[in-house]
Amino acid sequence: MAEQRVVVVGGGLAGLAATMKLTELGTPVDLVSLTPVKRSHSVCAQGGINSCNDQTRQLGDSEWKHFDDTVYGGDFLQNQPPVKEMAYWGPKIIDLMDRLGVTFNRTQEGFLDRRRFGGTLYKRTAFAGATTGQQLLYALDEQVRRREAEGMVRKFEFWDFLSPITDASGRCVGIVAQDMVSMQIRSFPADAVIVASGGCGLLYGRSTMSVFCNGSAASRCMQAGAKYGNPEFIQVHPTAIPGADKLRLMSESARGEGGRVWVPRKAQDSRPPKSIPESERYYFLEERYPKYGNLVPRDIATREIFNICVNEGLSVEAGRMCVYLDLTHIQRTELDRKLGGILDIYEKFQGVDPRDVPMKIFPAVHYSMGGLWVGYSKSGDGGLVAGHPQNQMTNLPGLYAIGECDYQYHGANRLGANSLLSCIFSGLFVAPCVRTWIQNQSKSAHELPASIMQNAINAQEIRHKELLGSTGGENPYLIHQELGDALTRAATVVRNNQQLESAYEKVSELQQRAKACSLSDSGSWTNQNVIFTKALQDMFPIAKSILRGAQLRDECRGAHFKPDFSMPSLSEEEPAARRAEAERWCDRFEENNRRFLKSTIATVSDEEPQISYEDVDTSLIPPRPRLYGLVGAEVIEQVWKERVTSPQTTA
Amino acid sequence: MSSPTHAEPVVHARPHKINVRILRQDGPGQPSYWERHQVDYEENMNIISVLQRIASQAMTVEGKKVTPVAWDCGCLEEVCGACTMVINGRVRQSCSALVDRLLKEHATEIELRPMSKFPVIRDLMVDRKRMFETLKRVEAWVPVDGYDDMGPGPKLSRAQQEENYPLSECMTCGCCVEACPQYTKIEVHRRPGETDDQYDQRKRETYAQGFVGAAAISQAVLFNSHPTGANIANERMAVLTGTGGVQDCGNAQNCVAVCPKKIPLTRSIARAGRAATLYALKRIFDH
Repeated sequence: MAEQRVVVVGGGLAGLAATMKLTELGTPVDLVSLTPVKRSHSVCAQGGINSCNDQTRQLGDSEWKHFDDTVYGGDFLQNQPPVKEMAYWGPKIIDLMDRLGVTFNRTQEGFLDRRRFGGTLYKRTAFAGATTGQQLLYALDEQVRRREAEGMVRKFEFWDFLSPITDASGRCVGIVAQDMVSMQIRSFPADAVIVASGGCGLLYGRSTMSVFCNGSAASRCMQAGAKYGNPEFIQVHPTAIPGADKLRLMSESARGEGGRVWVPRKAQDSRPPKSIPESERYYFLEERYPKYGNLVPRDIATREIFNICVNEGLSVEAGRMCVYLDLTHIQRTELDRKLGGILDIYEKFQGVDPRDVPMKIFPAVHYSMGGLWVGYSKSGDGGLVAGHPQNQMTNLPGLYAIGECDYQYHGANRLGANSLLSCIFSGLFVAPCVRTWIQNQSKSAHELPASIMQNAINAQEIRHKELLGSTGGENPYLIHQELGDALTRAATVVRNNQQLESAYEKVSELQQRAKACSLSDSGSWTNQNVIFTKALQDMFPIAKSILRGAQLRDECRGAHFKPDFSMPSLSEEEPAARRAEAERWCDRFEENNRRFLKSTIATVSDEEPQISYEDVDTSLIPPRPRLYGLVGAEVIEQVWKERVTSPQTTA
Repeated sequence: MSSPTHAEPVVHARPHKINVRILRQDGPGQPSYWERHQVDYEENMNIISVLQRIASQAMTVEGKKVTPVAWDCGCLEEVCGACTMVINGRVRQSCSALVDRLLKEHATEIELRPMSKFPVIRDLMVDRKRMFETLKRVEAWVPVDGYDDMGPGPKLSRAQQEENYPLSECMTCGCCVEACPQYTKIEVHRRPGETDDQYDQRKRETYAQGFVGAAAISQAVLFNSHPTGANIANERMAVLTGTGGVQDCGNAQNCVAVCPKKIPLTRSIARAGRAATLYALKRIFDH
């Protein structure tokens, strides 16, 4: 057989981890990226990466507990075997990154230092200042550069992935991509393709994501027939710095290191924050969630901040919604050592030093839990079968997805510092699986008839030429703004069906208008205008899937919050009545799970998303109610425990 | 929105429009030309949002329809290094260049130019491949055996971590070499009939004749100070003492002044210089 190659689309943590591991196993890689891979969005991850470790173990932690926190935090919407495998790989991944030279913070004695993140009571999070994502990405980038120097990797940077190529049997045998400098369109034959293209925050206009995170690669796979899982689960990060071009992340590590969220008890108190006495400050997360305090899971922190501003009218400012995130009680030297990077960002963009003055922050779209559907092969111990070709493979044979652009690991809500883990894990883990797949093929992609490649190129050239000649008069940048506004209004923190329906209509109208764009640049050299317009047009399949998925899911789960269907707190005071109320609560919880504890699966045909549902594998940890901060939680928990231990008593 | 009826004194008259002068170039080897644009002033703007408005308008201040200005950007929070350009004569990232501050320095106009030490691809977009090639030459990586689970890495003191961390923040943005008098532009034009591989090969060879620059020197120092990275310290020193090596530094100290991450580049260069001396002596005695 002729030489076999793999194409990796995207060079963030996941793509680089896969590339590095594949080359170690002897498979050469063509690495295709919109940007020099060192500039990928993973650099924006700040806080850290989770794993069970020697310190937490002595307090009773284990890989299993990390696994449990992840599925509980994700409201049980993940298939559990891949999550279990990831949690058990956690310590090994930290060790590997340590060996690769990541400048993790150290304890006095020289061990890796750890901090606490949301949704757990253990200090699991290893970190490199407040630029952990950047440091991890650089370590992988360096290894891939080393493999590039050895001739095992060819990088195609400033190339835009346009579509997968499939043969007559439907097997993925390469991609078509376009050089964003010369505008040349060409094919890359490949025995397997791994898409690692990240999230889709740009659909929302402004988010915490980089400009490349436009979802176009995932959408192009979807339009080629790939299934997209859980589109409606979009994480809104509780703390970001509002800006005209971007909502800049203020890491959860600010709270992990002791940052406190508060608002003045008196609405729009005009005094400087430092002169408002303790008794007149409302530390609403600490008061409402005494156990987790400022480190409740992200979906909850986000809703509380949103609620305190929108419904309770306690926003710090009158004209703009924001709350204080306060670090000023912590010593400067300590702040500089552990959070310097993010505090500099605040200072640089806001002109105020957060070491002296509490920061003003508000939630922002941050992460897509949903993504391309991928399969897995469950092992006897409930984890994954190493090297099995089905792991991380989409429903298109030979097309794999890893990192943020797959739907696999975070369910309905991602815990902080789990994304870096899932990206590196899925990248490392997929490599031997892809090897098995390509070795099982009888023919190399390079031996296929040239017409397969040429047809795919032709289709893209036609699209490109038509766009350059289009004279419909619409401006792609303005349509993008409108799309972002529509999605931000209807599909972020609080959702209701009427709004989702009207947003869907609006987005459908925008989709038609986006076909009638007039380009201000019809040239054939570094034409960013046409690249952007293509990405814009390809935002719609995912945008519509988000809206439709959210509309059809009449429940609250993780980041998806519909007040019309929320589970109430208990109101009965008398013990027996309260107990009966808890029983009814649990009945309703079970009934709801029967309907909605399912992955949303979106496909697209004739521009319309088709939604179906798939059962979730919860065979390792039975679902239980997520009760953070609910009144009566202890009674519900008691009733639930009794049901689980004696299932025959349940209706 | 702030209300104009307040009797507070106005410190700065906020302009309604911002004038922007941009040095454009349609492609490699083409002449450059100035073009003037105007966008509506908004609060909290940075150069990215100005360029976004310009792309959306695609029209000069004179009302002439033009193509959108091409530029490179990524994270918009100064950690990816993509959006470096020369703004009012100073090299920096355009995301962290806030319009209010720029207008304070120079009230009437903002001037944008591409970096001058790299070949222009188009407008404000330049080709910084040379920097990444140099990272390859100085072997800026830890030469681990492989990626299997082999336990933790070497134990490091907190002091060592705190010395290395700032160096590992380098985002290959190019500010240091743009400001460096010794780092001169190398532009390799494609020859007719040359294949991609031949062209790339010739570029690599030509780049290797030029100064490596502060960023790469600092990376070499970083990896030489890592316990496992140090295993190939001599290979890095061979590059740093060869053509375009650390001896080419003219000690202008511009690099450290413009580094957006405040990386102690001159300290790295001094360390590399001392190591180069030792390396040279050692070579004399070994022969």
